[in-house]
Amino acid sequence: MKSSKLFELFITFTKIGLFTFGGGYAMLAIIENICVERKRWITPDEMARLTVVAESTPGPIAINCATYIGYRIAGLAGSVFATLGIVLPSFIIIFSISRFLDNFLEIEAVASAFKGIRLAIGVLIFEAAVKMMRKIKRNAVSVTILATSFLVMLAADLFAWNFSSVSLMLVAAFVSLLLFSFKKRSSGGAGQQ
Amino acid sequence: MIYLELFLGFLRVGCFAFGGAYSAIPLIRDVVISAGWLTEDALTDMIAVSESTPGPIMINLATYVGSVKAGFLGSAVATFAVVFPSFVIILLVMVIFRRVMNNPYVEAVIEGLIPCVIGIISAVGGYMMLRCCFATGSDWAPDFKALFLTVFLAFLMFGSKPVFRRKMSPIMLILVSAVLGIVFY
Repeated sequence: MKSSKLFELFITFTKIGLFTFGGGYAMLAIIENICVERKRWITPDEMARLTVVAESTPGPIAINCATYIGYRIAGLAGSVFATLGIVLPSFIIIFSISRFLDNFLEIEAVASAFKGIRLAIGVLIFEAAVKMMRKIKRNAVSVTILATSFLVMLAADLFAWNFSSVSLMLVAAFVSLLLFSFKKRSSGGAGQQ
Repeated sequence: MIYLELFLGFLRVGCFAFGGAYSAIPLIRDVVISAGWLTEDALTDMIAVSESTPGPIMINLATYVGSVKAGFLGSAVATFAVVFPSFVIILLVMVIFRRVMNNPYVEAVIEGLIPCVIGIISAVGGYMMLRCCFATGSDWAPDFKALFLTVFLAFLMFGSKPVFRRKMSPIMLILVSAVLGIVFY
C-alpha cells in the first residue's frame, strides 16, 4: 500500500518533469492540473500557499513543489521519491544531449517544434495565474496588491528594468503586515503573541 | 578535485537562487564562468538548450556542466548539489510551518504574498505572450503568424471547456503547440 503510493508519486512527478518546458511558472499549471484537480492531493488553497513558499525559498520551483507535495502525501520517503521523479527526465535528457548531440537546436524539426512550444508557455503561465486568481480571497487589499504587482512586474519586463520580484514580495509582505497591525490595534485587541 | 568543486559551486547556486530560473542565471553565470567551466558562448548556447528541453533550467545547467567537466559522476554530483538545498529547506519549512501557521502575523504576511505572487506570475505570462507576438523594442511590429497561433492556443486553453465540454490539459497544449510549430515554422 505504502510502496504503491511512493511509486505513484514517482511516476506522477516524472511525467510532470517530462512536460515542463520554460521553467517553474509553466510547471505550476501542470502541477495544478494533476495534483489539485485530478488527484486531489492538495487543496487549491494549499496550492496558493505552496506557490508563495516556493517563490520565497531558494531553488527551482519544481523541486520545492515536488518536495512539499511528496512530504504531504507520504512523509520523508514521499518527498524523496517525488523529487527524484521530477529531476530524472531532465537529467537523462540533458546528459544524453551533452554526450551525443553537438548541435541539438540546429535540428530543423526540433527548432520549429520549440518555436511552437514557446508560444504555449506564455499561455500556460497566464492560465495558472488566472486559475489561482479565481480562488483567492477577494478584498480591496488583495486586489490592489495583485494589480500593482502585475503592472510593476510587466513594466519591469517591458522596459528591461533591473528589478527583482523578491523586492516586490518584500513590499507586499510589509504592507500586509502593517495593515493587519493597524486593524488589530484599532479593533482594540492588544493581544501580543 | 573537480567533483568537490562542482558540488560546492552548484550548492551555492541551489542556496542562493531565489525567484525562479531567470533570476538564477546571473548567479549561475558567475559560478560557471569564474570557475572556468564553460566559455561565455557555450553558456549562452546551453541556456537556449535548457529553455527548450523539459525540466527546471537550473537542473539542466547543472547536469550539462557536470557532464562536460567530469562525465556521468560529475553530472550526478552537480545535479544533487543544486537540488539538495531546496529539498532540505522545504522540509524544514514544512515542519516549522505547521507550528507557525496559526500565528496571525505570519498569516497576514502570507495573505499579502499570495496576491503579489499571482500578480508576478500573470505579468510573466503576459510578457512572454507579448514577446512572442510583437517585436520588442521601439516599433512593436506584430508577428501575425505567432499572434494567430497564440490566440488559437489561448482559445484551446481557456475556451475548450465551454465549447467542447472537455478541459484541455497543459500537457496536451504543449503537444499541440509542438505540432503547430513543426507545421507552421
